[in-house]
Amino acid sequence: MARPERPFQIGIQRFGLGAGPSSRERLGPDIRAALLDEIRPERARIGGEGLPTTARGIQIVTQIEDKRRMEREARRQVAQQGPAAAMAEANGSAMAAAGMPANPAANPPDPEAVRLRDFLHVDIKARIDHGLAAPAGFAERWVMFWSNHFCIALRRGQIMQGVAGPYEREAIRPHVFGRFADLLVAVETHPAMLHYLDQRQSVGPNSPAGQRRQRGLNENLAREVLELHTLGVGGGYAQADVTAFARALTGWSITGFEENVDGFGGFVFAPNRHEPGPQVVLGRTYGQEGKEKGLAILRDLARHPATARFLATRLARHFVSDSPPPALVAALEAEFRKTDGDLAALARVLVTHPESTRAPPSKIRTPYEFVLASLRATGAPADRLQGLVNALNLMGQPLWNPPGPNGFPDDEAALVAPKAIKTRLEFALQFARPLGGRIDPRELAETLFGEALSAESRQAIARAETRPQGLALLLMAPEFQRR
Amino acid sequence: MDARYCERLPLSRRGLLGAGMSFFAWAHMPKIASAAGAKDPRFLTIILRGAMDGLSAVAPVADPDYAALREGMALTREGESAGLPLDGFFVLHPAMKTFARLYAEKKGLVIHAAATPYRERSHFDGQDVLETGLPGVGKVETGWLNRALLALPKGEKLPRLGALGVGIATPLVLRGEAPVMGWAPQRLAETNDDLARRVLDLYTHRDPALARALKAGLTADQLAQGGAAMPPGGGDPGMMARAATGAARLMMKEEGPRVAVLSFDGWDTHANQGGVRGRLADLLAGLDGAFAAVEREFGEAWKDTAILVVTEFGRTARINGTEGSDHGTATVAFLVGGAVRGGRILADWPGLKAQHLHDGRDLRATTDLRAVMKGVLADHLGLSPAVLGEAVFPGSGLVKPLPDLVV
Repeated sequence: MARPERPFQIGIQRFGLGAGPSSRERLGPDIRAALLDEIRPERARIGGEGLPTTARGIQIVTQIEDKRRMEREARRQVAQQGPAAAMAEANGSAMAAAGMPANPAANPPDPEAVRLRDFLHVDIKARIDHGLAAPAGFAERWVMFWSNHFCIALRRGQIMQGVAGPYEREAIRPHVFGRFADLLVAVETHPAMLHYLDQRQSVGPNSPAGQRRQRGLNENLAREVLELHTLGVGGGYAQADVTAFARALTGWSITGFEENVDGFGGFVFAPNRHEPGPQVVLGRTYGQEGKEKGLAILRDLARHPATARFLATRLARHFVSDSPPPALVAALEAEFRKTDGDLAALARVLVTHPESTRAPPSKIRTPYEFVLASLRATGAPADRLQGLVNALNLMGQPLWNPPGPNGFPDDEAALVAPKAIKTRLEFALQFARPLGGRIDPRELAETLFGEALSAESRQAIARAETRPQGLALLLMAPEFQRR
Repeated sequence: MDARYCERLPLSRRGLLGAGMSFFAWAHMPKIASAAGAKDPRFLTIILRGAMDGLSAVAPVADPDYAALREGMALTREGESAGLPLDGFFVLHPAMKTFARLYAEKKGLVIHAAATPYRERSHFDGQDVLETGLPGVGKVETGWLNRALLALPKGEKLPRLGALGVGIATPLVLRGEAPVMGWAPQRLAETNDDLARRVLDLYTHRDPALARALKAGLTADQLAQGGAAMPPGGGDPGMMARAATGAARLMMKEEGPRVAVLSFDGWDTHANQGGVRGRLADLLAGLDGAFAAVEREFGEAWKDTAILVVTEFGRTARINGTEGSDHGTATVAFLVGGAVRGGRILADWPGLKAQHLHDGRDLRATTDLRAVMKGVLADHLGLSPAVLGEAVFPGSGLVKPLPDLVV
């Protein structure tokens, strides 16, 4: 059994999803080479027959919404049909109140809710399986970073359940090792983002629809693109830029929600909501027609110097340290500008820069990283999907459901919180118990941490009362929690 | 375990604190057939994980060196620290009232100064040797009890009905080719105070930031539970009776298993072990409650029942600097049930003088625990000495089964 060297242990935890019992043997001593080998578009993609699509997701959601609307309508008509019908209805309620179900199959799980959850779970399972199969997991970590950078949230209405999974596979994964501009356009034109940041409700005040319906601009998407996706706070834009950009984006919408447009779940431009006329953003005038105006602004934002700096800082903070080495940030920024936002080149700088591995492990693994690393370390099957979903919920980072458009935090202050750490302990124990002592935690600690294993952790694991307790200690050890 | 209940409260704080929460709902059931045999014995093995202190459970109060070694927590014949009477030389820990009664009824047997062949001090390895039934540490993935079931005639009722492993995972002693079903009481998953203490100790030495957060998280939990201080020990004494009750009910079903294994954690009493009262007393009371639960649930079947209680090794003869005891060697085993020839203490007492202690620190083993296990399996389940010496406990040919343990 090969015992990993310190650089290997740091590399696979900082940039990957963590080692398994045979990772060191399979990947060899050169973890950098293994990480570089994952900088390939096909490593980031999840494909395959039968995976959900945004079109299908929106179709399901609209079917459910239509059905509920019809049921409401039917009830309303019953109520209007006079006393007899109302009595029949009331009788049913009385029977139910007396403990006699009006319907023999009382309180079945809402079939629509189950259908939507199952639809979502196909994608969650595909994502977890992809992470477990990855040799080192760098491509997946890179996807996870961009998915969080361009986050959407399940909490924003039922439609999100139909689009959250497909969104990552359709808009993010195909572009994470391509150009940032292409990633940006794919994300901002995806139905999931257009819905999440209210874009389909935004109406140009001087557009035909705006004139008719007295509805106006919604700046949400425009603001978050500037503040969170590209330039960053302090990136040199003003409120006038936000408003002008928001006007340029009017008319961007989703098929399935537009009258007179066929299909589900595609991007569609609705000219009758588009604010006419040129817009000035960051001092440049955009006079393109239709959706081209917004796209042109996005492409310019993607290559803006402030964007290069903002992304370089976020990357270094996420992967390396809450206080990232300035030389690393500078190198990432320079590479971004030199290559016009080539994300594969950026990834190569990240994993090969000397400052990337010099810093001691100080970042806490996110809950998702922790869960994946636990599965990879033990080889435990990810067959209790609901259990893993619950665990992420309880650890405060429910998958694809951050509290706001700035995504989940990954800094020490946010992750090293009392309840969060206590919950990790609960997870570690419940995770370790079913493995039933088939794993010797002393051996596993050596094969996972090797040279990085501290004397204190080694002793604590060896002295555990039972093997499951020893395994739980291993999972909670700083060597496992920090990367 | 109601899996749907768990799934419906994904964001609830009650999920952490309340009953029935598990990240992983879990259950599996055995294949069972029908038909009936003549004799219908029932056999439970209880494994105490963490190394139970035999000198506290059954104290040799007449040994002249005992009181000094156990200064401050020694049991006595009379007075405030009095144990329950057994035979004059030993007293029973006062928390074990049910066992005391069963002993008086000659249904409880104590085997003292017993140990497996393992002489190191790792819990994992010690439990491995205890459960595999091998002479030493080895990579064997089957347990002696499973191999015993496999060695019984195929058509017989007992092997056909299979065995029950209580807990989230099948314990090693029961792993193997013979059919095993699993069941876990709902609250089993919540016994983690001992783990919390160990993780906190590790963080205190290695990672102050994580230590602060965990400490605050644990304190918040205490407040949420009504301000009660975290119990000083690991394990969950109340859980033992619940687990035993559940297991006994399954074993009372017509086609239910006749053999079961329960594992109770928390016996690693390095600190604040306590005397008449305290951490170990609570655990012993819990174990005692398990005996009472099985007796109650079994009713008529109790007369054909034997419960074997074993632990991986004992603890140091002398208490340590933190009012606890460290990993040792020999300890007690209990055998209890209607089929047991009890009211006796089997002990070739080695004495507690320094020169008699193993490595100068532990109660020396004078009985090989395998002799106890083999004796029960021979008389209670009807396995031959030859099978026991080869298939069930390989390499134990020289360890004779103890005779007359059960009726």
